[in-house]
Amino acid sequence: MPADGGIGAPNKRREDVRFLTGKGRYTDDINMRGQVYAAFLRSNVAHGRITSIDTSAAADMPGVIRVFTGADFEGIGGLPCGWQVTDRFGEVMQEPAHPVLAQGKVRHVGDPIAAVVAATAEQARDAVEAIEVEIEELPAVVDMKAALEEGAPKVHDDLTSNLCYDWGFVEENREAVNKAFEEAAHVTTLELRNQRLVANPMEPRVAIGDYAAHNDESTLYTTSQNPHVIRLLMGAFVLGIPEHKLRVVAPDVGGGFGSKIFHYAEEAFCTFAAKQIKRPVKWTSSRSEAFMTDAHGRDHVTKIELALDGDNNFAALRTETYANMGAYLSTFAPSVPTWLHGTLMAGNYRTPLIYVNVKAVFTNTVPVDAYRGAGRPEATFQLERVIDKAARELGVDPIALRRQNFITEFPYATPVAVEYDTGDYVATMDKLEEIADLAGFEKRLEESKARGKLRGLGVNCYIEACGIAPSHLVGQLGARAGLYESATVRVNATGGLVVMTGSHSHGQGHETAFPQVVAEMIGIDPNMIEIVHGDTANTPMGMGTYGSRSLAVGGSAIVRATEKIINKAKKIAAHLMEASEGDIELKDGQFTVAGTDKSVAWGDVTLAAYVPHNYPLEDIEPGLEETAFYDPNNFTYPAGAYACEVEVDPDTGKVTIERFAAADDFGNIVNPMIVSGQVHGGLGQGIGQALLEQAVYDENGQLLTGSYMDYAMPRADDVPFFAIDHSCATPCTHNPLGVKGCGEAGAIGSPPSVVNAVVDALQRAGKPVTHIDMPLSPARVWEAMNQ
Amino acid sequence: MYAFEFERPSTLDEAVKALGAEGAQALAGGQTLIPTLKQRLAMPETLVSLAGIAELKGISAEGGVLTVGAASTHTEVAGQTAYPALAHLARGIGDPHVRNRGTIGGSLANNDPSACYPAAALGSGATIVTNAREIAADDYFTGLFETALEEGEIITEVRFPIPAKAAYVKFEQPASRFALVGVFVSKGEGGVRVAVTGASEAGVFRWAEAEAALASDFSAAALDGLSASADDLIGDIHGSPAYRAHLIGVLTKRAVQAAG
Repeated sequence: MPADGGIGAPNKRREDVRFLTGKGRYTDDINMRGQVYAAFLRSNVAHGRITSIDTSAAADMPGVIRVFTGADFEGIGGLPCGWQVTDRFGEVMQEPAHPVLAQGKVRHVGDPIAAVVAATAEQARDAVEAIEVEIEELPAVVDMKAALEEGAPKVHDDLTSNLCYDWGFVEENREAVNKAFEEAAHVTTLELRNQRLVANPMEPRVAIGDYAAHNDESTLYTTSQNPHVIRLLMGAFVLGIPEHKLRVVAPDVGGGFGSKIFHYAEEAFCTFAAKQIKRPVKWTSSRSEAFMTDAHGRDHVTKIELALDGDNNFAALRTETYANMGAYLSTFAPSVPTWLHGTLMAGNYRTPLIYVNVKAVFTNTVPVDAYRGAGRPEATFQLERVIDKAARELGVDPIALRRQNFITEFPYATPVAVEYDTGDYVATMDKLEEIADLAGFEKRLEESKARGKLRGLGVNCYIEACGIAPSHLVGQLGARAGLYESATVRVNATGGLVVMTGSHSHGQGHETAFPQVVAEMIGIDPNMIEIVHGDTANTPMGMGTYGSRSLAVGGSAIVRATEKIINKAKKIAAHLMEASEGDIELKDGQFTVAGTDKSVAWGDVTLAAYVPHNYPLEDIEPGLEETAFYDPNNFTYPAGAYACEVEVDPDTGKVTIERFAAADDFGNIVNPMIVSGQVHGGLGQGIGQALLEQAVYDENGQLLTGSYMDYAMPRADDVPFFAIDHSCATPCTHNPLGVKGCGEAGAIGSPPSVVNAVVDALQRAGKPVTHIDMPLSPARVWEAMNQ
Repeated sequence: MYAFEFERPSTLDEAVKALGAEGAQALAGGQTLIPTLKQRLAMPETLVSLAGIAELKGISAEGGVLTVGAASTHTEVAGQTAYPALAHLARGIGDPHVRNRGTIGGSLANNDPSACYPAAALGSGATIVTNAREIAADDYFTGLFETALEEGEIITEVRFPIPAKAAYVKFEQPASRFALVGVFVSKGEGGVRVAVTGASEAGVFRWAEAEAALASDFSAAALDGLSASADDLIGDIHGSPAYRAHLIGVLTKRAVQAAG
């Protein structure tokens, strides 16, 4: 690496200077000349028929420019779904319409009914309150199993039922799996819920629509993780604006965790309204609106069964999951419980036969979609919980049972379609035992006992699939999108570079990590490289950031584009030094001719490219700018082993996490400090799910956890200092950086070890507790102890 | 937030007068009221700030009584040393923002069923002094968000008899970190008091059985075998009435132990 901080250097994040000094430019910081404000009238009932809307009083309110209702959107497209799942009978999923503003019915609390555009935000809110709407309330369906019962109220009248799809995977294995269960020496069964979560990025969603009459161009500024995706979905499917007349800008974005992948009604509304009234229209979500309109995460109810042979080898795995879709299909919702969940059910283990059944269900709740991990946490949680339960039933050490069944040879083709290219699960488990000081557990257990506390140890492994790919495969699986990534590298005459990436940073640190890659390749100071992202007007068509894909896919595109740059630069250097192109070497920003003392600097070559006085114009064009699109040929498979030690207060049921260790294999690492930060954040989120967070609806579909008064977020004192390690690296075999992705690992890997630890603590205390559903709140743990 | 008029009187008399107007609402530290206004859940015509009134400020200890001006912030109460159990309670309220803005008078006037100060006032046998009268804590808390305060009546100070022994133990609701259950115990000249917040549908209350048991033997062991009734306790996603009743017992013991 260059001495000045290339690949492997823990460079401090350059973007943090502006974030920490209040100089970030978030969407809400953008204010346009003539800007007006939108506010939405939202349903306060979970299910109902709109019998009348009277906007006349609202229209007469001070400052009101126009009131919009569903009638204004007749003939306009609905919000599209980007993934079509085919069920186990070969039928495509049921796909309901998702209007921008309600058409006839409301289907969840928060569903937008009408919108006011006014001169100020307060005036818009005032006028919303003056809209008179009558809703005939209908019975709501909240519970998924109840929603599938005969005669249950239908969320969508035009669908045959509330079942979106009934997916089987691998359907051909179904009978073989059933047979294996009949022949098993031992079967462990576990029923559990992976509870519904709210993503809660620090920055709520914001949208500003703008319309330029002089060139008939619309611009949307939005809090998005993938501006090109929004441009395509909104332009092509909702508003009918061709992409060359639509620009989408996602500037600094304050966290997403998946919830800002999706195309939301407010984005389409502001873009549409701006064109209608010829003024910029801004909407800023309140936190209350965020709770009832941002796509939620998880919400699976699962029965998992593990069959073992007489030697405790895993023989087969069978799961039945109900996955909540909410009231509409959010952009990628159908893919989460299927292709992002079923394909991971092998985990880190040799289980020859696996069958996964998923029933996706419509309910009168906020739509559910990808949230940090997206399907993989649900897979990991159930698998690692059932293995733990099996170990306890069999009286064997949970770590030993895992080790016995580890996949040890790579590549490994799982029975659930994916092929792991590389990994070393024994190494990460060895490392975990070391950094978690498992040998010292018994001593700590005694210390806890002396203080009247129950101590428990929980361990789990995880594997995830990042950088979802390749495009031709995901196309076969139902994706209505490609999943490549793009990069344009523009070299300036004086040697500095601008890298335009189709991925998007909303906390990942691209502006720091990506320059390290380019700096390494050329041998220059990373400060000579600027990263541009988040604007469809000045970046190549890209797919954005989610699924821990930015470095593995977006970084690889940058490598490919930089390789093109270097190849061309070598041609120029060869010309300048009157040498053969094949003899040119680039090191530390100097081009040299092998075997001679001739050299030209990087800056001499870049200047020649733009001032081509002495230049091989007959062979190559002037300029130094290249674009690459990178489509991986496989997922990457980060994996690891985690350990959690808890103390339980036997009097109150309160769980405290005393120690947490994470040994991860992320392949090669570009910036270890950023990776550590990602792991810390992921662990915090996973621990938040395990102990604190839950979105709860009552039986009428009212959201009981609509604010931080009732939705418990993890805070600094809820987590311990983490022991983390990324040294057990097996580089990815199929991308040029050998990287795997690290953004979701902590959130995927941590919940099972927390629950395993609490169950361990209670069992050590003689309590016959085999499972507690998350979050393990003090009340739930106490109730489990006192059953 | 709806538009409102704003007044900032500098004397108690001016404040009383301002609050006499139709639609007037007192604003103390605003840690409950301002979020309520932001959510458009209240629509006062006039907010009368009590922040500029010198008579409501100051904390002093004299003759075994701690007198806390109603406009004292939680941080200020946390800083006094005459009544350590009260300081400890104040240090545990909310976060630094809340403690630097919120006031004891505001908290007691609001009487949130999960707030900490009602437990301290009732558990100490404090006297709530208003512009019009003195109200014993036993007569002051009348229900959920309800107090003996008349319309326009302003708390001016709170007088705490400093007990020989006292402690407050709070078990936090995981999300809000208000008290899921909080127990304040004291042993002073007026006898033993056990006040419970967070648990009851009717707000703060005294646990008479525990007080009786502790009166003769102020020790955790004296509470063995006692259990609080779950009747009329709050049940929500954070805990059932039975769980809250159980916590009352656990926390009362811990408070007695902490009181020494």
